[in-house]
Amino acid sequence: MRHLINPLDFSTEELDKLFDLASDIEKHPEAYEHKCTGKKIATCFYEPSTRTRLSFETAMLNLGGSVIGFSDASASSAAKGESVADTIRVISCFADICAMRHPKEGAATVASTHSTIPVINAGDGGHQHPTQTLTDLLTIRALKGRLGNFTIGLCGDLKFGRTVHSLINALSRYEGIRFVFISPEELRIPDYIVDMLKEKNIPFEEVIRLEEAIGDLDLLYMTRVQRERFFNEEDYVRLKDFYILDKAKMELAREDMLVLHPLPRVNEISVEVDDDPRAVYFKQVQYGVYVRMALILTLLGLA
Amino acid sequence: MLNVGKIEEGYVLDHIKAGKSLTIYHLLKLDKTDAQVAIIKNARSSKMGKKDILKVECPVGSINLDVLAFLDRNITVNVIQDGEIMHKEDLILPKEVRNVIKCKNPRCITSIEQGLEHIFMLSDEEKGIYRCKYCEGKYTGY
Repeated sequence: MRHLINPLDFSTEELDKLFDLASDIEKHPEAYEHKCTGKKIATCFYEPSTRTRLSFETAMLNLGGSVIGFSDASASSAAKGESVADTIRVISCFADICAMRHPKEGAATVASTHSTIPVINAGDGGHQHPTQTLTDLLTIRALKGRLGNFTIGLCGDLKFGRTVHSLINALSRYEGIRFVFISPEELRIPDYIVDMLKEKNIPFEEVIRLEEAIGDLDLLYMTRVQRERFFNEEDYVRLKDFYILDKAKMELAREDMLVLHPLPRVNEISVEVDDDPRAVYFKQVQYGVYVRMALILTLLGLA
Repeated sequence: MLNVGKIEEGYVLDHIKAGKSLTIYHLLKLDKTDAQVAIIKNARSSKMGKKDILKVECPVGSINLDVLAFLDRNITVNVIQDGEIMHKEDLILPKEVRNVIKCKNPRCITSIEQGLEHIFMLSDEEKGIYRCKYCEGKYTGY
């Protein structure tokens, strides 16, 4: 049985098939309205997450299936001390597929080893969040027309941001990608990722200011720079504006550069950018639903 | 100079990092056997300055050498039979190590899930890097 625990669980060929399916769903949603009639997804969320959970639930409802689950550990038997292994054994009796979010790293791996239904990792602590990565890849493929041969800038907190690490790992499997890492010194990309890129001969550069790099980019992936990540307030105040995307910085960018963001956005993208046709972070949410629909169909063997 | 008598059959584990012999003793679960064991701490070593040595009188084959390779590839394993060193055993890194050490990452599911085995997988053979099967945290030494 297939699960999705890590963004690299699917080969690039398998991802191509998945994205083809997602694109077909986008074009012909009515053809998929009853594909999961009689099927149930269990959304087991041990910590709150509005967008991811609703995206999974919407995906299943769009396919004609139904939804059970919990959205907070205190409302589940985890509060009574039940293990993940026991919970998934029980859920396996109720549902056909499970999307699980858990604050502990590796929880979805534990679930997958005891489950008799496919498990989708909907986020396990700071470890992996594979459906966000699939969403990012599908958005790039749909809007750029290709996965490869572009320069992508990743901006903000590159040290702790798991979505950034997963995306770099996933993109490193495609040809002709150049990375530009834009972050303050304190939040630089971790060494193990730098080592991986060097090993694979993938070109990258690191810069401090967004203005220095934005003109060269085909894609800009924004993330939040959080105040609490800085050692002192002075540095935060000095650097924070470098990482706020506004109209003035967008004027330095190419006409076909796209801006992505995993959301929630706080203040790192000024609201004045939202109307710019290059700002695609809300379209990205829609692609998240398509890719989750395609994933549910694939894991249930209904694709 | 301290003298410890020779053993007839078993292992002499040499070049253990000074101070680590008791940890190795426990991780090899020697405390759970009735084997005769000599623990020599802070022996003089031309190579290491100071080192620890473990001498274990036991049937050859009864110690899990995989665990030793995982813990420290620099340990020399002398196999003793009839009171003589038969050969030095080459340590080969195991692909997987179960329930020898615990994952130290407090955010790992192993920190709360009952009855879960602690499993480390070999992720880089060349560099000898092991990662927790669940959180992928790097094993950083015993």
